[in-house]
Amino acid sequence: MTYTQLAVTAVLIAITFDLYLFSTQLLKRKAFWVAYSIILAFQLLTNWWLTSRNIVMYSSETIIDVRIAAAPIEDLLFGFALVLSVLTNWIRLGVSDKRG
Amino acid sequence: MIIFTVIGSFWLEVFLKVGVLRQAKRMFLAIAPVAFVFIAWDKYAISHGHWRFDKAQILGIYGPWCIPLEEYLFFLVVPIAALMTIEAVRTKKKHWRIEQ
Repeated sequence: MTYTQLAVTAVLIAITFDLYLFSTQLLKRKAFWVAYSIILAFQLLTNWWLTSRNIVMYSSETIIDVRIAAAPIEDLLFGFALVLSVLTNWIRLGVSDKRG
Repeated sequence: MIIFTVIGSFWLEVFLKVGVLRQAKRMFLAIAPVAFVFIAWDKYAISHGHWRFDKAQILGIYGPWCIPLEEYLFFLVVPIAALMTIEAVRTKKKHWRIEQ
């Protein structure tokens, strides 16, 4: 699979966990989107640093080669899936702690 | 250098102190399964040449699956930074409820 396909799949899986499997519904919360905006700003900064200095290099065959702040757009999907998954899991564990 | 970014995020975490580190077990449980999946993705991506690292700009220490140490740190530091960010937002905006 290409990076593009994997990144889209990861986002869909993360959304499925949040909305349906764990029902944390973070995607409907203002707190999530504000936190994600802050994270995104820092991601763009670090992405730019890591890619513009060629610390990380991407194969052009595996991405659609649309770049934002020097990094492939796939990185933003990757980051979104990572952040949403961790936060979904964190909130889910917080809720079960209170119930238990 | 990636390590610079790692140090950068750690400063942020100390600065934003919002009680995430005090819930070490919840933090570990929230991050571990997600980090495992993403590290497996990282292994796949590295072995299929989706991305590669400039050997001169990394420490050169490799963990399991021949993944650079910096990547392992990334999958630990970035999720913690994400948790700190959303907890910081929730601390400031208590009326933005997350749990149903």
